Amino acid sequence: MNRFLRFLRRTWQNFYLVLIMIFLYAPIATMMVLSFNTSKSRTQWGGFTLHWYSEMFASRNIMAALHNTLLIAFLSAVIATVIGVAACIAINSMGAAPRAIVMGITNIPMLNADIVTGISLMLAFIAFGISLGFKTILIAHITFNIPYVILSVMPKLKQTSRSTYEAAMDLGAGPVYAFFKVVFPDILPGVLSGFLLAFTMSLDDFIITHFTRGAGVNTLSTLIYSEVRRGIRPSMYALSTVIFVTVLILLIITNFVPKKRGNKV
Amino acid sequence: MSKKILAAPYLIWMTGFIVIPLALIVYYGLTDRSGAFTVANVASIATPEHIKALWLSLGLSLASTVVCLLLAYPLAMILRNRGIGRSSFIVFIFILPMWMNFLLRTMAWQTLLEKNGVINGILSVFHLPGQNLINTSGAIILGMVYNFLPFMVLPVYNVLSKIDNDTINAARDLGANEFQTFLRVWLPLSVPGIISGITMVFVPALTTFVISNLLGGSKILLIGNVIEQEFTRGSNWHLGSGLSLVLMVFILISMAVIAKYDKNGEGSAF
Amino acid sequence: MKKKIFVYSMVAVMAVTVMAGCNGGDSGSTGENPSDKKEAGEAGSDELYVYNWGEYIDEDVITQFEEETGIRVVYDLFETNEEMYPIIEAGAVTYDAVCPSDYMIQKMVDNDLLAEINFENIPNKDQIDPAYMEMSKAFDPENKFSVPYCWGTVGILYNTKRLGELGVEPPTKWADLWDERLSGEILMQDSVRDAFMVALKRDGFSMNSEDEVQLQQAKQALIDQKPLVQAYVIDQVRDKMIGGEAAVGVIYSGEMLYIQEEVADLGLDYTLEYVLPEEGTNLWLDSWVIPKNAKNKENAEKWIDFLCRPEIAKANFEYITYPTPNKGAFDLLDEELQNNKSVFPDMDSLVNCEVFHYLGDEVDSIYNDLWKEVKSN
Repeated sequence: MNRFLRFLRRTWQNFYLVLIMIFLYAPIATMMVLSFNTSKSRTQWGGFTLHWYSEMFASRNIMAALHNTLLIAFLSAVIATVIGVAACIAINSMGAAPRAIVMGITNIPMLNADIVTGISLMLAFIAFGISLGFKTILIAHITFNIPYVILSVMPKLKQTSRSTYEAAMDLGAGPVYAFFKVVFPDILPGVLSGFLLAFTMSLDDFIITHFTRGAGVNTLSTLIYSEVRRGIRPSMYALSTVIFVTVLILLIITNFVPKKRGNKV
Repeated sequence: MSKKILAAPYLIWMTGFIVIPLALIVYYGLTDRSGAFTVANVASIATPEHIKALWLSLGLSLASTVVCLLLAYPLAMILRNRGIGRSSFIVFIFILPMWMNFLLRTMAWQTLLEKNGVINGILSVFHLPGQNLINTSGAIILGMVYNFLPFMVLPVYNVLSKIDNDTINAARDLGANEFQTFLRVWLPLSVPGIISGITMVFVPALTTFVISNLLGGSKILLIGNVIEQEFTRGSNWHLGSGLSLVLMVFILISMAVIAKYDKNGEGSAF
Repeated sequence: MKKKIFVYSMVAVMAVTVMAGCNGGDSGSTGENPSDKKEAGEAGSDELYVYNWGEYIDEDVITQFEEETGIRVVYDLFETNEEMYPIIEAGAVTYDAVCPSDYMIQKMVDNDLLAEINFENIPNKDQIDPAYMEMSKAFDPENKFSVPYCWGTVGILYNTKRLGELGVEPPTKWADLWDERLSGEILMQDSVRDAFMVALKRDGFSMNSEDEVQLQQAKQALIDQKPLVQAYVIDQVRDKMIGGEAAVGVIYSGEMLYIQEEVADLGLDYTLEYVLPEEGTNLWLDSWVIPKNAKNKENAEKWIDFLCRPEIAKANFEYITYPTPNKGAFDLLDEELQNNKSVFPDMDSLVNCEVFHYLGDEVDSIYNDLWKEVKSN
């Protein structure tokens, strides 16, 4: 009886997992299927085609948006990491009160609604007379990325011991040399995770970019938004398939392959 | 001393692009077109159309938060009880959709829900009547749940997996039945995760204008839409800023709630 | 730790981007790299910032212009006049050539946002049918600021088969959009003036009404209609109607040629027809203007002149299928097309039609407030 109950329970649990899985993946699977459909209709299968893929790769707009998205994500993550790590070192040596203030400011963009952050930046750019375009998107992305870097690096930095750093200084190392030789290796995981977090946040952002973009500069997000508002574009299905498959493969490689290697060693 | 200099670029940056912009919102929100001080912009939240939009936003985001929690908690519980490790493939599967672009995820639901969309197509194959799915409140809640579900699963799962099996066994040994164990052990111990999940779903849901635009056919006006349109179409930035200030108050309240329950930041997803 | 999941996944994503970055780099080198474009823009005058409606030009025309003049075109889109205006007003981005509609041009003239066009640089202006220059005088009294690009009407597009299924006879007037049997089958325009035009015209008022009572009545009509409306959309009307999403939709006349071709191409089992409502409608004219803060005014004039060339205007007409005011281009068309009344309606048939006027900031904000009431209801 007990065994039967356990079996029932397990079946029910499996059923639930599958149900959620369907909920999560049905929309993605649908787009994948439709991306190969000759017909623009969503309910009729007109035959298999790769036309939408070639249309996507041939589209100047989509490729430019892809380029912008990656460039902005990369640049904003690098700059945010540099500024953020430097700030962490300084914050770490601060007294309690200034530290609380600085951390408070750091938390603002994390807690605030994206729409407010976006609008406030737009107002500021216009007030400063900075014309909206590539650079304003970049500035906006750096702004919301820095806190992610700081929040990733701070805990690591707190764990490092001051004494090794001071010992290195006593042994004649300059502060910069001592930092890179002694402290940096310890905080590297935090720096890396901050960088990657910043990078992904930038990739996925739509709302802030929507308010800070200017003439002829699109990221994938803003491009998709305007395309969707214009009508059905099967090339967008092709784009999402490509993005999903790339992300899937890369996540699998990084998540699971290195681990197995590590186990063997 | 020299170390503190390192904070300079950061402080300058944050002053220029966080503090001053927010000050500008406050300035715009509290002035009229001629630059004179007024609270009319903030007070305009009380006009029927704005209050309606705000209530609707609160209602829809609350509903989607509840649905997210109801879906995510059992899921996290099952994953945890199966002893599935944090880096396992199954957990990975459940948060993977989060890495898809947010707009593509929303577009996918548009494709499914439209009148001649996939769901109605499937229904018609079985000779069932087509349903009016898109451009309803339900569609918006669905879009919110789909987009923000991983933000609920992850923190809840994180706190649940920190709960020691011994704690559970102890409760059982002391004679607690399943329901009591859940109520007295599981639930209290997972509060930080739940709270952080709730805010991670509630805040973006409350302020969204994208989901209501794409899945609501512009028939349903949320407070996020009102603000966005004041800036991009109505060109009344003062009103838009005033409403943003109101929105910030709601966010601050919900943040205060988390801070109260999640002092150690245990439940955070990041 | 949860962080690990994030970090690992992010490493992955980074790798994606490194790969994709290479692709992007390749495409960038074809001359579409926006970052260096911007840099150059501030230095020299080999640039042109164009702000236009979506799907409102043949993209080959842009390429041809770039090749011929060596000017790089930065091309950006807007969805409604209302969305375009604050961008130009704030000067957040300085565009050189913009293509708004009649009433918006008037608003821009009134608020001193436009530069006078130097017509010596636009010899092809002579190609424009003088009738349209005359029509322009409604919003640009001395023809100083604008050069007509496209014109048309607003009407109702309907799906004959779907209406048959619903047992509704084809619409002939705006009032038919309040038919209860069309519940969930109506696509309305999501821009304030167009939506109010429908309601005002239905009750026989002017679509430039400033009368509080009439406007309240129109607002109430729109609120009454809202439960029947499937969605408020702009450019999506076209694709949604082709896809059979709705039975009737309010649409700009020029889409007809494209729609009929597309329906034939797809082999659909229904036809879409366009009707000009009896109560009269909006007769609109979109024209090129140059904002006062334009940085490359001469390039903008070259651009406008280029677009007025008969063969270019013809290419554009064939792509966007909106009636062209360009006499030269019209003469190049097939006789069959010239006589197609659904593309080029007779001016005489447009008896009750009006042109939108700019009604001043105050009335504008009354319209906006009423529209918000409709939307939030």
